[in-house]
Amino acid sequence: MSPAAGGAATAAVPVILTRALGKVYSAGSEAEVVALKGVDVRIMPGEFVAIMGPSGSGKSTLMNLVGCLDTPTSGQYLCDGVDVATLDAEELAVLRRDKIGFVFQGFNLLPRMSALENVAMPMGYANIRRAERLRRASEAMAAVGLQKREGHLPSELSGGQQQRVAIARALINRPPLLLADEPTGALDSKTGEEILALFQRLRDEGHTVVLITHDADVAAHCDRVLVMKDGELHEGTFQEGLHPQQGVRA
Amino acid sequence: MNVLEILRTAIFALRGNWMRSALTSLGVIIGIAAVIVMVSVGQGTQAEIDKMVSGLGSQRLDISAGSGRGPGGGARMSAGSFFTLTEDDVEAIRSDVQNVQYVAGALRGNTQVVFAENNASTSWQGVQPEFFDINNWELVQGDGFDAQDYSSAGKVVILGDTVRRTLFGDDSGIGQTIRLGRVPFTVAGTLKPKGQGGFGQDQDDVVMVPLETGRRRLLGSMGLPPGTVMQIALTVTDAKDLDFVQGEVEALLRQRHKIQPGEEDDFNVRNISQIVATRTATTNLMSKLLGAVAGICLIIGGIGIMNIMLVSVTERIREIGLRMAVGAGPRDVRRQFLAEAMLISLIGGVIGIAIGIGGALLVGKFSELPVELNAKVVGLAAAFAIATGLFFGYYPARKASLLDPIEALRQQ
Repeated sequence: MSPAAGGAATAAVPVILTRALGKVYSAGSEAEVVALKGVDVRIMPGEFVAIMGPSGSGKSTLMNLVGCLDTPTSGQYLCDGVDVATLDAEELAVLRRDKIGFVFQGFNLLPRMSALENVAMPMGYANIRRAERLRRASEAMAAVGLQKREGHLPSELSGGQQQRVAIARALINRPPLLLADEPTGALDSKTGEEILALFQRLRDEGHTVVLITHDADVAAHCDRVLVMKDGELHEGTFQEGLHPQQGVRA
Repeated sequence: MNVLEILRTAIFALRGNWMRSALTSLGVIIGIAAVIVMVSVGQGTQAEIDKMVSGLGSQRLDISAGSGRGPGGGARMSAGSFFTLTEDDVEAIRSDVQNVQYVAGALRGNTQVVFAENNASTSWQGVQPEFFDINNWELVQGDGFDAQDYSSAGKVVILGDTVRRTLFGDDSGIGQTIRLGRVPFTVAGTLKPKGQGGFGQDQDDVVMVPLETGRRRLLGSMGLPPGTVMQIALTVTDAKDLDFVQGEVEALLRQRHKIQPGEEDDFNVRNISQIVATRTATTNLMSKLLGAVAGICLIIGGIGIMNIMLVSVTERIREIGLRMAVGAGPRDVRRQFLAEAMLISLIGGVIGIAIGIGGALLVGKFSELPVELNAKVVGLAAAFAIATGLFFGYYPARKASLLDPIEALRQQ
């Protein structure tokens, strides 16, 4: 638990607050899968949190729920104070647009658009004027250190650069939450380090970053680690011998 | 997303696959062009019929000799029975049937007309005075026939415009002597040109002589019974009375020809409006068939759009997932794909309209078909283009909008 985040908890609204969050797929049928069992988690603004767990542990399910791509079957999730259970698909889209910046393992840049257009793209759905969009996209590109690559197509960029573009895109609507799903998974270790350093810098600038990974080395960069196992979330360090012990960075 | 932004995104997406977009819109281009050409031809034909109706008049009845089967209608009609109408029938109609405006009997045949070294083969009509009123013939020059010409079979002739031009070029020819067959005639007048008739024939390729003249000097060898006419034409004062007059005339002629109840008429009354109605029905059918062909073209074009849009949705499933993740709602996605489909069909529509107009003009210029092109047709085509895009784009767009972003992002 980060001391800094703990101090902010008294005043601020949690970015993520779940109460007994549960998700069951194919409920009632023979193929019923309980993916998530009563997860309680509270993440405050400015935290840099890793959610770890092996595949099948339910961490993807948790990410989809936290990312407002899916709705829970039981329990409650307040995303930056908004209860997602009552929202329809359109409202969920608006919530994702305003509250969450996604960073994916595979970057997911649109191949025919320049880096700048890719970064500006989400603002199109927020009805922000094009000139303003491009100006802010340019700022975001600068913030990730790519001001000289604005006109390049994704195919003309290295993996690390592409991921930076994706991070700039995630930041563009100034969301309270950055949600990164294996952001270093497609990168070599050195580039991965650079990306993680970028996340740390963003944390220092006040962004909330939640990073989903199966890699303990990656999780070690975070201030706080949550471990998923069999649909349950455990606070703290690496119990049950899943992973080698790593110090949690303060 | 505002309209401009949707449009920009759609143009961007279409440009990325411009060859495919172009080929897809080709279906719409052909469909819309077909609609314009076909509807133009249909309208042109209908306009021609309308012209024919107003030219012939719906106040007119034509009575010809022979059975109801018409000339050539079967073996029952012998040569003798063909000439059953007489000038007395004409007079009886004039005196006994009410609401008749004009009535005239006529004979006709073909002849060679000769003036100096010019000669032409044409048809002649032997007419009674009111024939000119019934057929809306007007004299442009000359005095026409006088009573003496009618009663004493005067060798006078009135020339249709085509014949006049053939014989005299730019001159009127009034007072000149020409030969019809071997008989010399004096030109007593020329007729105002009527142009092409409703059935495409040249109405001005004709000469008129008095009825008695035609019978005595031109029919000669056929040996018609005295007083016989080949046809009687009449007009009624009011078009509403046409059916009534037709009934009266039929009754009168049956009585005069001593036809027993149940026996077949030895004459045939034709109502021009009936012919027109038949012709209109035929044209309507043709228009519908042409429209159906054009419609099928458009449907095929639309299916092309739908097909390509479905492929596009499948191809870009990851893009859709990403756009949804960063805040595109189902409505945004639906609009984006709908905009692409609409754009394909709109571009196709614009090009199709251009080609259709060009095609219709070419058809009008180089073929026999009448063409009438107007803003209504073009508007109709434009509406069809938009409707095609909407109709065939909706399903793929809806399919895209209903994608689950999680599934869509997982697709490789």
